[in-house]
Amino acid sequence: MLNVSDEIEKILASVNDPEIPVLSIMDMGIVREVDQVEGVYNISITPTYSGCPAMDTIGDDLIAAFKQEGLKASIKLVLAPAWTTDWITEKGRKDLEEYGIAAPRSAEVDKAALLGEANTIKCSNCGSLNTKMVSRFGSTACKALFQCKECHEPFDYFKCL
Amino acid sequence: MLKERLYDYLLHLGDNSMILGQRLGELCGHGPELETDIALTNISLDLFGQVRNYFQAAAAIKGDGATEDSIAMLRYENEYKNTLLVEQPNDDFAHVIVRQFLFDVYHQLLLKELMSSKDETIAAVATKSIKEVNYHVGFSSTWLKRLGDGTEVSHDKMQEAVNKLWRYSLELFKPTDTEIWAAESGVGADLDQLKPIYLEKIKMFMDEATLGLPEATVFQYGAKSGRHSENMGYILADFQYIQRAYPNMKW
Repeated sequence: MLNVSDEIEKILASVNDPEIPVLSIMDMGIVREVDQVEGVYNISITPTYSGCPAMDTIGDDLIAAFKQEGLKASIKLVLAPAWTTDWITEKGRKDLEEYGIAAPRSAEVDKAALLGEANTIKCSNCGSLNTKMVSRFGSTACKALFQCKECHEPFDYFKCL
Repeated sequence: MLKERLYDYLLHLGDNSMILGQRLGELCGHGPELETDIALTNISLDLFGQVRNYFQAAAAIKGDGATEDSIAMLRYENEYKNTLLVEQPNDDFAHVIVRQFLFDVYHQLLLKELMSSKDETIAAVATKSIKEVNYHVGFSSTWLKRLGDGTEVSHDKMQEAVNKLWRYSLELFKPTDTEIWAAESGVGADLDQLKPIYLEKIKMFMDEATLGLPEATVFQYGAKSGRHSENMGYILADFQYIQRAYPNMKW
C-alpha cells in the first residue's frame, strides 16, 4: 500500500494511537502517503473522526519517532478520501480483539447490531454472541458501548465508519 | 468577490455546528444518565471537529493572520450565521432531543448534497462528516420515538418541546444571498429542493413518535443574517470570555 522502505515502515509502525495504545497507526490505516523531498519525509495522515483529538498527538509522535532515527518529518492532514474502518488491517483487528475491543464488522452487520436487530457482536470477554448495545456512543468517538448478556461484562465495540 | 462568498458560505456551514456543539458541551456532566451524557458530548466533539475543518479552510481564504480560532472566537454577535434553532437553550432533555433531531435531519440532507460540491474541501468535509451525522440522526430519532411514544409524561414533554421549537425549523431552509450564490454556483446545496424532503422525513418520524407538528406556526427568521435571539449573547459570553479577557491566550 505505502511505497516506503522497511526501515521507514518500522518507524511509522512504532507510533500508536494514544486512545487505543495497542494499535499502531499503520494498522489503523490512517497513514495515507509518505514521500521524501530533500531529506524530509512528508507524511499524510487522515483522521478517523473529524473531531478526533488524537491527531495532534499522533503528528507530534511521528515527528519525534523520525527524529530519534536522525530523520526529519513533516505532517500533513488530509480529509479525502474519508477514512473507513475497512482500512484497519487484519493484524489491527486481531490486536483490537485481544485488547478487549470488539472489531468493526461490515456496515450492514453494524447497522443491525446498533439498532438491536441482531446479535452479531461477539463479547470480547467470553466470546458469546448474546450481547446487547448499551449506547451508540462510547468512551471515545469511534466506539459504541455493549454488554454481554451471558457474562454481563460491558465492552467496547469499534463502530463502522 | 468569489472568495468572499466562499468564505461566507463556510461560516454558514460551520456556525450551526459550532453553536449546537457549544450547547451540547454545556451538558457535559449534566446528562440525564451516563451513557446519554457521553453521547451528547461525543456528538458535540464530532460537530466541533467538522467546524475546525470548515474554519481552517475559511482562514486560508481570509489570510491576513486569520486562524480557525480567531474566526470561531473573535467575531461579533451579528457576524455569526447560525440559525435560531441551534441557539435555543437546554431547557430539559425533551428540548435537547427535539432541537437535535430537527437539526440532524437537515444536517444529513445538507451533507449528502455537499458531497458533490464543486469546492473540493467542502466535498471532502461533507463526505467525512456524513458518516458521523448518520449516527447523530440514529441517536436523536431513537430518543424522539422512545420518549414521544413513551409514557404520558414523556409524551407531553416532547410535544411541548416540539410546539416550542418547530417555529425555528424553517429558517434552515430560507436561503441568504450567500446560500443562493452557493446553490447556483454548485458549491453549496439548493435549500429549496431539500425543504420538501425534510418536511416529509420529519412528518414520518413524528408520526412514529406519536407527536404532532403544531398548526398555524409563525416561523421565526433572521439569525442567519445576524439578527440573533437573546440567547446568543449568553452563549458568546461563555464562548468568548477567555479570548476577550486574555487575548491570544493559548490552552
